[in-house]
Amino acid sequence: MKAVYKKPESLKEEITTYCPGCGHGIIHKLIAEVIDELGIREKTIGVAPVGCAVLAYNFFNFDVTESAHGRAPAVATGIKRLLPDRIVFTYQGDGDLAAIGTAEIIHSAARGENITVIFVNNAIYGMTKGQMAPTTLPEQKTTTTIYGRNPIHHGYPLKVCELLSQIEGVCYLERVSIDSVPNIIKTKSAIKKAFLYQIENKGFSLIEILSTCPVNWKMTPKEAMNWIKEVMSKYFVLGIYKDKSEQKKEV
Amino acid sequence: MKKQLLTGCEAAGEAAIHAGCKFYAGYPITPQNRFPEYMSKRMPEEKGVFIQAESELSAINMVFGASVCGFRALTSSSSPGISLKQEGISYLAGCELPAVIINMNRGGPGLGDVTPSQSDYFQATRGGGHGDYRTIVYAPWDIQELYDLTYIAFDIADKYRNPVLILADGIIAQIMEPVKFKKPKKNLPQKKWALTGCKGRKPNSIKSLFLTPGILEKHNWKLYKKYRKIEEKEVKYEKYFCDDIESLIVSFGTCARICYESIKITRDKGFKIGLFRPITLWPFPYKQLEETIENAKKIYVVEMNLGQMIDDVKIANRKNLPIYFYGRPGGGVPTPEEIYNFIRKNESSI
Ligand SMILES: Cc1ncc(C[n+]2csc(CCOP(=O)(O)OP(=O)(O)O)c2C)c(N)n1
Repeated sequence: MKAVYKKPESLKEEITTYCPGCGHGIIHKLIAEVIDELGIREKTIGVAPVGCAVLAYNFFNFDVTESAHGRAPAVATGIKRLLPDRIVFTYQGDGDLAAIGTAEIIHSAARGENITVIFVNNAIYGMTKGQMAPTTLPEQKTTTTIYGRNPIHHGYPLKVCELLSQIEGVCYLERVSIDSVPNIIKTKSAIKKAFLYQIENKGFSLIEILSTCPVNWKMTPKEAMNWIKEVMSKYFVLGIYKDKSEQKKEV
Repeated sequence: MKKQLLTGCEAAGEAAIHAGCKFYAGYPITPQNRFPEYMSKRMPEEKGVFIQAESELSAINMVFGASVCGFRALTSSSSPGISLKQEGISYLAGCELPAVIINMNRGGPGLGDVTPSQSDYFQATRGGGHGDYRTIVYAPWDIQELYDLTYIAFDIADKYRNPVLILADGIIAQIMEPVKFKKPKKNLPQKKWALTGCKGRKPNSIKSLFLTPGILEKHNWKLYKKYRKIEEKEVKYEKYFCDDIESLIVSFGTCARICYESIKITRDKGFKIGLFRPITLWPFPYKQLEETIENAKKIYVVEMNLGQMIDDVKIANRKNLPIYFYGRPGGGVPTPEEIYNFIRKNESSI
């Protein structure tokens, strides 16, 4: 009999510590599948964030290092510059990447570091149990915006793809989502393209993935998926924000 | 080998290169701007990597990444920048990663000034960042010693898998002195724990997070054992004119060098004074200092700060000799005559 589905080799035989309905598990699996398909498991080095994915080295079956909160792109820079033939990626939440680590992500992008960034935007601080994130939507309730995020007091959400699209050093930016099967498939191909660009030495890529946090959103997993579709992706519009590689072809 | 005339920044940079360092990341700050400038020229020549980071925070984390994949890595800065590096140094210590960090200490607190100081003694010797950890701290008093200590710092960092700090100051950073080079290191041993891609082996991971109850405590006890071993094996110090002392000056770095000159004056005037100079500020040479004060009647501590080393001198001073402190904080640099006058006054007051 022919096997039509199996667990990717790039995932360990571990039970993840993620909550029911959390998007991190889906995204881990997509990354693992892509790494398997590209045959790069043995030369991949992952940089884990501080956030719910801090234990990524327990789940990924390749070399993974911890990094301080927000500093993953700096750590990845150190690794990639010394081992340019290895595949280096960071995996970061919105607090990690767009609040405490804003300088690191912008300047890695500006330097055009040849790394891949997987940016998981769940509009909340998951690990610390539900405070406002830099990507928390206006009116969204969190434990530090109990009456809802009011831009007058709390500022506006940061649109990372839009922001980085201004930067010369960036090769590829796409915002995707995991709210439906077709979107999960799209997410996988975006991740794959980002890794391929790195293999082809094309420079900095970032995939922003709109993801769920049902426990801290106080929703069921199904409601959470729906909230991405109905609310989140209205503010964070899906699509390709930059693809230098394709621009070149047009010229 | 012929000697080269170099500034401290340049000498330390050469020492790192000769020790096999392949990675430097830094951010400009006076009085060590020459450091990143020099490394931006030298690292590419040596097929190494130079990065001018967007901050000291980023620079230390780039060094973290370089260390993660098994390379010898260096960053340098001066006091305010070293404060920013403390998070990274704590992570390096927690993850047991080697790295060398050079602090060309300037006056503080805050932005302070850009003149030489020893005001980061506590920060350097007590950990600096969060958590129960230690960093080995070398305090050179001239450019040759800065070169020599930087050269061995990489070996010591690798040997113990621990960050090593060099605490110098704005004088050492900027003056020029002749330096004799050591042999460049080649074929450094592979690091089995490094992250290089898991080809032909199980995946490696680097972490400082231990959530399972009891495991972090175990990890901390493991670090404790390592630190005790360092205390036993890695103490460095020098003493001068100590054969027949009645009083002893304890001083480190540039300040010790000035004290050395003032002792020449005091000796000429007949005072029996010696100099004890810790070269490792951690591990501090407690035992050796205790032995040195065996026949002394009093101790002088001279520092370019408000007396931060006195705590350590007190630990060694189990005889409870009186301690007299002379300090120049906030970027002040004493002259040999100043120190002599201070000593003369106290010597004759008894
Ligand atoms: C310097 C520092 N500040 C704060 C924290 C606490 N902390 C841990 S994770 C986190 C936010 C995580 O949120 P996010 O990056 O969005 O990832 P998620 O957990 O939602 O996946 C914070 C504030 C920390 N570990 N270190």
